[in-house]
Amino acid sequence: MTTPVEQERTQPEAVGEEIAAEDRPWQTVVWNDPVNLMSYVTYVFQKLFGFSRDHATKLMLDVHHKGKAIVTSGTKDKVEADVAKLHAAGLWATMQRAS
Amino acid sequence: MKRWIRDGDVVVGRLDRQEAAVVRGLVSQIQDMLLARAEDAPQDELAELTGIRTGPSEAPDDPILGRLLPDFHRLDDDAPDPDEVNSAAALRSLHEPELLDHKTAAAETVLKTCSPDGGELRLTIAEAEAWMASLNDVRLALGTALDVTEDMPDELPPEDPRSPHLGVYHWLTWVQDTLVEAMMP
Repeated sequence: MTTPVEQERTQPEAVGEEIAAEDRPWQTVVWNDPVNLMSYVTYVFQKLFGFSRDHATKLMLDVHHKGKAIVTSGTKDKVEADVAKLHAAGLWATMQRAS
Repeated sequence: MKRWIRDGDVVVGRLDRQEAAVVRGLVSQIQDMLLARAEDAPQDELAELTGIRTGPSEAPDDPILGRLLPDFHRLDDDAPDPDEVNSAAALRSLHEPELLDHKTAAAETVLKTCSPDGGELRLTIAEAEAWMASLNDVRLALGTALDVTEDMPDELPPEDPRSPHLGVYHWLTWVQDTLVEAMMP
């Protein structure tokens, strides 16, 4: 499964200290369902997020084989907008805090 | 139906009369369900003043509408996180009106471009995208109603009451798949 690129940042917390919940980014999760076509899911990922064919295909295969994939991450507003776009396309998407 | 082909900025397909009737009938049914849901939205004076519409905060009871209008969080069936339940309700209320607009507009585009007589379809890219989204909604609805699984056979035993509908579902899958193929960048 692809994970989003980690942003480089200073790490003020002591090692082992838990990162405060509000600092954890949000993630857009797409879940597998038996109806959505593999070709269509790939198309939607390319179209909505500008992913390359290869990257979109890899995420689609993660959804298909692993049951879900994290397709984007970032601020709550960005992820909320991404989930809304995926719903408009008919994909089963939800948002969650990175763990 | 012949497979769709892309000709520059036009996407060309062809439906015979019977196929056009199936597409129009199913798309209209989905559109009616979505419009009925939109009418259920709470009316309040504040919304009329501000122009900010709010949708219902509760997920639809109907499993088909539930699939077309999913929650923003994956809620545990048995022990949902109360914070996520509240957040999902707020996000649904905020986003559902726009989602319903999007889906009913896509259905309207199909109904506008698909003649009841069938024949050749010459779609713009935007219209072809509306067809893709609308065919997907119809397949989600049928798939939910037929309880489609990933290893669903091409045909069910003739005594299965779902048997005649499965053929329509598989045909729509083919129509959508060839449309995606024609549109793939």
